[in-house]
Amino acid sequence: MNEKKILIIGGGPAGLEAAYQLAQNGCSVHLLEKEAEVGGNLKKYATLFPDFSDASEVRKALTDRMIHKNIELETGVCVSELVAEGEKWIAKSDSGKQHSGDAVLLTTGFETFDPSRKEELGYGIYDNVVTSVEFENMLKTGKVRTAAGNMPERIAFLSCIGSRDEKVGNHYCSRVCCINAVKLSIGFKKLQPEAEAYFFYMDMRMAGQCYEELYRKSQEEYGIMYIRGRVSEAAATMDNRIQIKSEDTLLGLPLKLTVDLLVLMVGIESSPSTRLLAAQNGIKGDYGFAQSLNVQKSDNLTKKQGLFLAGTCKRPLTLQETLADARAAALQMLNYLRETVTEGNTAGN
Amino acid sequence: MELKKRYWNEYLKEIAGDNYFYERSCIRQTFFPGSEATFLKVMKEELGRNIVDNPNQHTCTGIGYHSDVVPFNTTMTICARLLSLMKENRFQHLVTSCVTSFGLFNEVVETWKQFPEELEKTRHYLYKATGREFDLPANIAHPSDIIYKFRKELGQKMKYRLVNKETGNPLRAVEHIGCHYSKIFSEQSIGGTEFPHVLAGMIEAWGGEVIDYPERRHCCGFGFRQYLIKANRGYSVANSRKKFESMQPYKPDFILTNCPGCAMFMDKWQYAIAEMEGVTYDDKGMGIPVLTYEELTGILLGYNPWDVGLQLHQVQAESLLNKIGIPYDPQNKYIGVSGKLLGEPQKPDFLRV
Repeated sequence: MNEKKILIIGGGPAGLEAAYQLAQNGCSVHLLEKEAEVGGNLKKYATLFPDFSDASEVRKALTDRMIHKNIELETGVCVSELVAEGEKWIAKSDSGKQHSGDAVLLTTGFETFDPSRKEELGYGIYDNVVTSVEFENMLKTGKVRTAAGNMPERIAFLSCIGSRDEKVGNHYCSRVCCINAVKLSIGFKKLQPEAEAYFFYMDMRMAGQCYEELYRKSQEEYGIMYIRGRVSEAAATMDNRIQIKSEDTLLGLPLKLTVDLLVLMVGIESSPSTRLLAAQNGIKGDYGFAQSLNVQKSDNLTKKQGLFLAGTCKRPLTLQETLADARAAALQMLNYLRETVTEGNTAGN
Repeated sequence: MELKKRYWNEYLKEIAGDNYFYERSCIRQTFFPGSEATFLKVMKEELGRNIVDNPNQHTCTGIGYHSDVVPFNTTMTICARLLSLMKENRFQHLVTSCVTSFGLFNEVVETWKQFPEELEKTRHYLYKATGREFDLPANIAHPSDIIYKFRKELGQKMKYRLVNKETGNPLRAVEHIGCHYSKIFSEQSIGGTEFPHVLAGMIEAWGGEVIDYPERRHCCGFGFRQYLIKANRGYSVANSRKKFESMQPYKPDFILTNCPGCAMFMDKWQYAIAEMEGVTYDDKGMGIPVLTYEELTGILLGYNPWDVGLQLHQVQAESLLNKIGIPYDPQNKYIGVSGKLLGEPQKPDFLRV
C-alpha cells in the first residue's frame, strides 16, 4: 500500500503509535508535529500511573520507532488549515507549506486547564500555588520545593480543577486526575516521608485496573489524608504559605488549613489545534473536542471521508486508552485505504 | 504585582463621565453623615461634574429585601420609582451611594432585561400606584467607581499623600469592598470578586500600600442576618474578630471601606471587642481607624476632618491624621455646623481615644 500516503497531525502518543502501526503495514506516513520534539503531553510526565513506570522510557520507545523507512517525521510544523480537495487531504502549515495525503489522522491531543481562570485559587498570584504539571516536573527533577526553596512539610492536592465545574463550562470528568493525584502524592511521600499530604476531592474515581489498590495503599502505607470537599478560597499568609478554606462534607464541618504548597490537579481540555481543525471540518463536538462518527460503532471515523481521529482530541483518555485507540484508528485507516484501492473511492464511513 | 494587575484588567467596566443621578443610602446618613456630603462636594467642586441629589428619594428596600421582609415585586416597583425621579431630572446615569443599592439595582435591571414581562409588570404597578414612568439607566456606577475613575485627577489636587510624614514610607491599608459590590455581579465591579481593585487603586494612586492578608475576602461582620437577627449577633462580632486577627500582624495604619455596613461593623466592633476582651488590634490601644473612601478623599484634598465627619467614628482617626500630617483642631472636634457644641461622647473603658 506504499502508493497511499497518510498524514498524521500531532506527534503525541496517539500520533506516534498510529504512525508506527501504519508504517509496519506498508503505508507511507507523513507525521507533522508543531513542537520541536515529539511526545506531546507525555513529555511533561515523570512517572505513569498506576505502575510508576518511567514516562521518558515509554516516550523513548514510541519515538525510537519513528526511524522507519515508511515514516517521514517533520517537527516544528503547525497545521493551521486542513481541507479535503478532491480525493486528497491537504494540511496547510503556518509557514504556508502544504502537505497532502490520501487520508488524514487527527491526533492533536489535549491541553491542561489554565487554573488562573479560577481566581479564587490564587494561581499566578501566589508563588506556592502550582499545577499538577509543574509539580510533576518537580518530582521529575527530584526536587519538590516551595518558592523560597524549602522542602514543603505540608502539601495539599485539589482535584477537579477545571473538570466537573459548571462555572468554567466544563461539565465533564477528566478521568485521569484522581489516580494521577494518588500517584503524585505517593511520589511526594517517597521523597519526604515525614511530610503531610492532603487531598481534597469530590469523588474518588478509581475505575481502572489497580487504581483502587493504589488508592488504598496511599492511605495505609503512605498516610495520605483524603478530605471530601471543595476548596473555596486560597490566600497567602504572612510567611507566604497558603491558607485554604473548605468544608469536610463527610463531617459536615468547615475547615481551614495552611499548607506550604498547593497543587491544583488541572483537568483536560481540547487543544487549540483540535478546536481549529475540527471546526474547519464540521466535526467540532462538545467542549471543542473532535466528534467521531459514532462513539459506539465508528469511534475513529468522522463524517468526512478520509478524516480519522485518535486519542485525546476526542475526549479525556488515559495513556493506555490513547495507545489502544491509536491502534484501532490505524486498523480503520488500513481498511479504508484497502477499500478505496479495491472499490474506487466508494468505501468509507 | 503584574500578575495581579492582569486580573484587575479583566474587570474593567464602563463608568459614565458626567451627569449623574445620586441615590443616597439609608444608613450612611446616620452613621457616617459626612461621607455623602463630601462625595457631592468632590463631584461638584473638585471635578466640576453635574450630579443631582433629588430630595424626594427614598429607600431602595435593599436591607428589607435581603432580609426577606420585602418581596421582589415590591422591590422592583420601589426601585422603579427612584428611576422615575431620575427620568424627572432628565438624567440617565445612576450612582448608588450604598453597595447594597448598587447590587440591588443591577439585579433589578438584569431581571428586567432577562424577563421583559417583569419590566412590563413593574411599569404597570408603578403607573397604577403613582402615575409615574421610568427608563432603564444607561449606566449604573457606585460612587467608588467614579472616584476610582478620577483617582489620578483627584490625586493631583490632593494636599496630602498616604505617606508617613516621619518615615517617608507608604501607609499600609486594609481595604474591604463589601459583598454586594462585586459578589453578585463581579463583571459590574472593578477588579472582580477575588482581587478587587476599586479601593486598592485609590490607595496606590494616592501613595499608600495595600495589605493582602489571608482573610481579605472574609465577611466584615455585617452579613445581614448575622446582625439583623439579634440572636445571631455573636456570629457578627466573631466574623469581624477573625478579620482583625488576620490583619493585625501586617500592622495596618487604617482600614478603607466601600460599603456602609462594612464601615460600621469594622469600626464599632473594634470598640465592642475591646470592651469584651480588652483587646485592640494596633499596638497603642487605640484601634485601627476605619474610613469610607469619600472621607479619605476629603481629608487628602485638605478638607477639615471634622467637616468630613471623622469625629463620629468609634475608633478615632487622629492617629492616622498625625501620620499623614493633616492638621486638626481638637477644640472644634464636637462643634456642629451651627457653631454650637454638640456634646462630647462618653469615653470607652478600654479603647483609647
